[in-house]
Amino acid sequence: MSEKTIRIEDLVNRDYQYGFKTDLEPGMTVRGLDENTIRLISNHKKEPPFMLDYRLKAFRQWQKMKEPHWAHVHYPEIDYQNVIYYSEPKVMEKKLKSLDEVDPELKRTFERLGIPLTEQKRLAGVAVDAIFDSVSVATTFKAKLKESGVIFCSFSEAVQEYPELIEKYLSSVVPVADNFYAALNSAVFTDGSFVYIPKNTRCPMELSSYFRINTENSGQFERTLIICEENSHVSYLEGCTAPKFDTNQLHAAVVELVALDNAEIKYSTVQNWYAGDPVTGKGGIYNFVTKRGKCLGRNSKISWTQVETGSAITWKYPSCLLIGDDSVGEFFSVALTAGRQQADTGTKMIHLGKNTRSTIISKGISAGRSNNNYRGLVQISKNAEDSKNFTQCDSLLIGSLANANTFPYMEIQNPSAQVEHEATTSRISDDQLFYFQQRGISREDAMSSIINGFCKAVFRELPGEFAVEASQLLGLKLEGTVG
Amino acid sequence: MLKVEGLKAKISDHEILKGIDLEIKPGEVHAIMGPNGSGKSTFAKALAGDPSVKVTEGKVFFLGKDLLAMEPDARARAGVFMAFQYPVEVPGVNNASFLRLAFNAKRKQNGQEELDPLEFDDILQEKIKIVEAPQDFLDRSVNQGFSGGEKKRNEILQMAVLEPKLALLDETDSGLDVDALRVVSEGVNRLKNKDNSIILVTHYQRILSYIVPDFVHVLSNGRIIKSGGKDLAIEVERRGYDWLVSAGVRA
Repeated sequence: MSEKTIRIEDLVNRDYQYGFKTDLEPGMTVRGLDENTIRLISNHKKEPPFMLDYRLKAFRQWQKMKEPHWAHVHYPEIDYQNVIYYSEPKVMEKKLKSLDEVDPELKRTFERLGIPLTEQKRLAGVAVDAIFDSVSVATTFKAKLKESGVIFCSFSEAVQEYPELIEKYLSSVVPVADNFYAALNSAVFTDGSFVYIPKNTRCPMELSSYFRINTENSGQFERTLIICEENSHVSYLEGCTAPKFDTNQLHAAVVELVALDNAEIKYSTVQNWYAGDPVTGKGGIYNFVTKRGKCLGRNSKISWTQVETGSAITWKYPSCLLIGDDSVGEFFSVALTAGRQQADTGTKMIHLGKNTRSTIISKGISAGRSNNNYRGLVQISKNAEDSKNFTQCDSLLIGSLANANTFPYMEIQNPSAQVEHEATTSRISDDQLFYFQQRGISREDAMSSIINGFCKAVFRELPGEFAVEASQLLGLKLEGTVG
Repeated sequence: MLKVEGLKAKISDHEILKGIDLEIKPGEVHAIMGPNGSGKSTFAKALAGDPSVKVTEGKVFFLGKDLLAMEPDARARAGVFMAFQYPVEVPGVNNASFLRLAFNAKRKQNGQEELDPLEFDDILQEKIKIVEAPQDFLDRSVNQGFSGGEKKRNEILQMAVLEPKLALLDETDSGLDVDALRVVSEGVNRLKNKDNSIILVTHYQRILSYIVPDFVHVLSNGRIIKSGGKDLAIEVERRGYDWLVSAGVRA
C-alpha cells in the first residue's frame, strides 16, 4: 500500500517551472508598516488627497482588527512589520511612454512566463496588464481598446486619469472594514488593473492581468476594479506566478466588480503562485484575497471561474451580491492542492433582488498531504422572491494522506426560494489507474485524463485559449506530460 | 506467443498460484476453468500486471520478452489485453476519448502518428459494429451507468480497437444473458485469427460452445490439475469439478 502512495506522491511533486527569479536593481523599497509607509506610497505615486485619506482611514481601521483564524488552515504568525510593502525595480522609476521602452529584462521575464508584452505576438486577441511586484510594467492594446471607449489601464494610472470613477467605485463593493486583509490592502495597495466598459459596449478583446511577485519577503497588494455599464460585456482573466523562496510571500488582493443593468462580467483566474516545498512545506505564497462582485443592475450577471493550483495557503471566496432583480451569479472553481498546500476556498452568493439565480460548481482535488476545503454561503434574503441556487461540490482525493472538507452554509429567509445542494467525494483508485494502464495508457496520462474529466464542467467556462492552458497546468502540476 | 514457467503468486499474504506451467502458440484458444477460488482470475491478473497480485516465483515470456519485468502499460502496448471481470467506472472520461488515448498510446509506441478524433472516429464506427453497440456508447463516460452486459461489450469493443496479440478474457461470460453472451462471443470470434491467441478464464462451459477452445486446463488450488481438448470442458459441465479435484489431490 505505502509503495503505491509514494508513487502517486512522485507524480504530484513535479518541479515548479515558474520558480526563477529576475535580478534587477531594486528601486524604491519600503519594509514595515506605519502611517509613514502609507504616506510614502501615496506620495511616491503622486496620488490625489482623497486617496491618502482613504488609505489612512483603512490603516486605522486595520489596526483595530484581528487576523481571522476561522479558516481551516494553519500557519505561523505573520510578522507584518517584516513585509516589504513597496518594491519597484529601478528601471520602472521613470514613466514609460510606450511598450518599446519596457526594460528588456522585464520583457524577457514575462516572455518566459508566456506573456509577450507586444501587440503582435501569440496573444493577439488578448490585452494584457503586466504587474511586477508593486508596479504595472505595461498594458498592451490600450489605444485600440480606447477606440471603443473601453478603459483598460493600471490602477495607478486610473487614479491619475479617472479619479472621479475611482472615488465613486473604490470600496463600493468591498468596504474598507470588510475584513482584516481587505483593510490591509486598502491601506497599502500599490497597483493593479482598472477596467471600464461604457454603455452598450461589448469589449472587443479578452482583457487580462498577469501578476508576478519577484522580490523575496515582498507582499503584493493589488487592487482590481472592473465597472461594466448598462448592456455591456467583458471577459477578464488573471494569471499569477512567483519565484521559489524558502520564506513566505504575502499576497492580499482586493477585486471589485460592478455590473449595471443587463451587464455581464466574466472573471477568470488561473492561479499558480509558488506552493512551497512539497515535502517540508517551506516557502510559498499566502494568498489571502477578497473578491466580490455586485450585480447592481437588473438582469446583470457576474461569473467567477477559478483554477487554483498554487499558493502555500489559499483563503479566497469570490462572491456575488445579487442586488438587481433577475440578476445571476456564478462560481466555477477547480482547486488543486498537493504537497503541503492548504486551501480554504469557495464563494458567497447573497440574493437580495427578486428572481435572482446563482450556480456554484466547485471541484476540489487533493493530493499529497494537502488540505482542501470548500466553504460556501448561499443567502436568500427576505425580499429575494423566487430566487434559486444550485450548488455542486465534488472532491477528488489522490493517495491516502490528503484531506478534503466541505462547509456549506445556507441562510434562507424567503419561503419561495429553491436551493439545491449536491456533494460527492471520490478517490482516484488504483483499480482505475490499472484499468488505464492495462489499455496501454501510462499512469501519468491516466491521472491527467481522470482529473480533466473531473474538471470538465469548470474548464469549459474558461475563455477558449485558457481552457487548454488550465488543463495543461493541472497536468504539469500533477504529471509532467499532458497530450 | 506465451510461455509460463513455474508461476507462483500471492494476494496480500495468501499464496494463490502454486506453480503454473503453460505454453500458448499463435492462433490458439486456451480455456482456463476451475472452481471458485482456484486461482484462475489471479492467473490472468498476474499476466496483465495487476498490482494487487504479487508474483513470487517463476518466469513468463511473451513473444520472447520477459513479461514480468514490464510495467502493466508496457505489457498492454506489447499486445497483452485483459477483458476485466468487473470493468471499473471512470466518471467524466468519455468512452471515445478513452479509446483514442489507448489507441494512440499503442501507435506512439510503434512510431506511428497519433490519430485525431475525426480520423479515429472512422475506425471506431467500424469497431462498434463488431459488438453491436449503439452510437451513444461512445459518448458516455467509461463504463459509468453501463449495465453488466454493456460493460462486457465495452471490453470487447476495446479489444477490437486495440487488436491485441494475446487476449485474456476474465470471466467475460459471467452475468451475461443469452443474447449478450452471443454478441460478445461473436465479437471475440470475429477478432480471432491465426496470429493472435486467447486465454479464456471461465467457470462454466457455456461460453465455450460459442468460442471453441483448442485446449482446456482445469485449475485447482493454484495448480493445473488436468489439461485436455474441448471435450474436457463438456465433461466438467456434466460431472462438475469434484471428481477432478479429488483426483488432483491424489496425483
